Amino acid sequence: MSEPASRRRAENTAAGGVKGPMLDVRDLHVQIASRHGTVRAVDGVSLEVAGGEALGLVGESGSGKSMTLRTILGVLPPEAKVTAGQILLDGVDLVPLSRSDLNRIRGPKISMIFQEPMSALNPVMRVGYQIAEGPRVHMGYGKAKAAQRALELMQRVGIPDPERRFRAYPHEFSGGMRQRVMIAIALSCDPEIILCDEPTTALDVTIQDQILRLLAKLCAESGVSLLFVTHDLPIVAQLCQRVAVMYGGQLVETGDVREVLLDPRHPYTLGLVRSAPDVEYVRESLVPIPGSPPSLVSPPSGCRFHPRCAFAEEDCRVLPTPLRVLPGGRSTACLHYERAAEAAAADRVGP
Amino acid sequence: MTGTAGGSGAALPVSPDAGGGAASAAPLLSARDMAVHFHVGSRLAARVRHEQRLLRAVDGVDLELARGEALALVGESGSGKSTLALALAGMRPVDAGEVRFDGRVLPTRRSRADQRRIQMVFQDPYSSLNPRLTVGGMLGELLRVHHVVPGGEVASYSQELLRLVGLDGDALRAYPRQFSGGQRQRVAIARALALRPDILVADEPVSALDVSVQATILNLLRDLRGELGLTLLLISHNLAVVRHLCDRVAVMYLGRIVEVAPTGRLFSDPRHPYTRGLLAAIPRLADSAEARDGTSPLADSGPAVAGDMPSALRIPAGCRFRTRCPIARDICATVDPALTHATGDLAHEAACHFAFSAAPSAEPSAGPAEPSAGPAERPAESRWKKE
Repeated sequence: MSEPASRRRAENTAAGGVKGPMLDVRDLHVQIASRHGTVRAVDGVSLEVAGGEALGLVGESGSGKSMTLRTILGVLPPEAKVTAGQILLDGVDLVPLSRSDLNRIRGPKISMIFQEPMSALNPVMRVGYQIAEGPRVHMGYGKAKAAQRALELMQRVGIPDPERRFRAYPHEFSGGMRQRVMIAIALSCDPEIILCDEPTTALDVTIQDQILRLLAKLCAESGVSLLFVTHDLPIVAQLCQRVAVMYGGQLVETGDVREVLLDPRHPYTLGLVRSAPDVEYVRESLVPIPGSPPSLVSPPSGCRFHPRCAFAEEDCRVLPTPLRVLPGGRSTACLHYERAAEAAAADRVGP
Repeated sequence: MTGTAGGSGAALPVSPDAGGGAASAAPLLSARDMAVHFHVGSRLAARVRHEQRLLRAVDGVDLELARGEALALVGESGSGKSTLALALAGMRPVDAGEVRFDGRVLPTRRSRADQRRIQMVFQDPYSSLNPRLTVGGMLGELLRVHHVVPGGEVASYSQELLRLVGLDGDALRAYPRQFSGGQRQRVAIARALALRPDILVADEPVSALDVSVQATILNLLRDLRGELGLTLLLISHNLAVVRHLCDRVAVMYLGRIVEVAPTGRLFSDPRHPYTRGLLAAIPRLADSAEARDGTSPLADSGPAVAGDMPSALRIPAGCRFRTRCPIARDICATVDPALTHATGDLAHEAACHFAFSAAPSAEPSAGPAEPSAGPAERPAESRWKKE
């Protein structure tokens, strides 16, 4: 198997990581025109994903996490526009690129795994050819060589009996196997980074476990970076090294997975952790986040979370809340993050 | 979690009409050797291609639900848990076995009075509510058809129902589209409660909702249990939800219950290999606390349960889990294990030959990877591991 990505990663680390992040999103703004006004779906998001790193992007539906992902891949709906910001992939800004330039990047540089493999795969094309298509188009492989590559990939993602399954159609596969096909397609041109949009949400927990292990293994082996969008915190805890929490189109907290999820510095992160039932730790009662997500047409002033926040003060209504870097390299958008920290600490000593 | 306590850890007030100590004696609802089959495909295809046409969605289930308890049905999609729930609620004819309510066998066509006793809440609050009826219209129709309250009290009773599920009285005039997902699920719960049922069957009530909203619905269900003394049958694939809400858990696999135990016991001491795999497959928040060098802990070990669940059209002979079972033996291919319990512990049952004996020590037989069904049903990771 050709492993340019792992070679690149080795070079990267050998050079002491001077090359900078693989993916560097800077102050991204995406607006969608709608009947009710302009929806500010992504409002000043900055992300960095280093080579070989898995970054989890979490938030509720409507928080803008999927829109961020779509913007990076350049597959926004027609009514959505990038109004500001840069998306640097390996130093190249993707925002001003034409469609044909983007097509050259999608596959060899960046690829995506979708939530629902049945609607992402071509139902009338044999899966082997779907996997081989990328290498044929982007890597200049001939038919036989591309087929060989597809078989290798199918084996690598754990599809049993690849020679026979090569000629099967997506409907002949189970949900888990379809997602493996999606992963094989995403890997087919040996990308630098794979964007994952809730790839296991439609799967059973045992199959989810298989797919997550596969992704973790592939990441560790080939050094491909992951940007993993999900609403499921435990998945991020297990798969990712760093996490970014999104709320109302903005990032509210970023940092090391362990630190952010077990010791949050933003009331929203704390709310997410508290409201999700955990198998290990049974709470007397779950603590929901009161209220509902903000309107992105006319978002609340100041901190967007303040109407739902138990710790909100007067200044939260007026002051802008950009991400601030805390000691240790993590960052939070909360003006009174000490209170979230205290509450998180109280949670730990509690029952 | 010690798991020695019988309950879910959360001490719930016993409902006033739970019948005290008599609750355990006679189950409120029981199913014996219940089966629900579907006929799939055309007769011609079955003739020509010799394809099995009988899909055994529920295949011999014994289940008891005591008054006031919360029982969870868990399992992968396709395990038959939703079909079982529909059949228990009388919304799907039963092909074999019997369903008893309060000691009385329920007929296939239930009377309106019987229908009232068991009510359902469905997964998707976007499709389970009539978009063209206001909440008031929906509840009013239900209350009038079933003569729950005198005509003059319909409005006030509807208000009361909404208050019970935490909605404003104004909601009566609103259409479902005017509500958020969580609010719709509250409306669906109010609709189910309108008939004052004894049993509430909730089929994945929170899986269509956002995390922060899930908590409100789970808390509501728990409060309602305490307030109304409801008996709850919760269908869920999310074991964390189950642990939070239920007293007892039944694990289903391919149409059969493979393990039943009090919640604490099931989580601390699972006896069926499938249950163990299911528990091991759940991502845990705390796992990230372990020190690690930049790689995910997931990369180090094999999957919790290998392969896919076989098709219910071709259920493996013998133990139905043996095709994915890490401890399968020769006996598993021939003898279908029945639910058995440990000596002196009637509450914990499991359908595995080795559930309550010492785990087999010898190498597993060569059998477990035998393909039982269609192309996708083979353990997928075996090939992977060789690399």
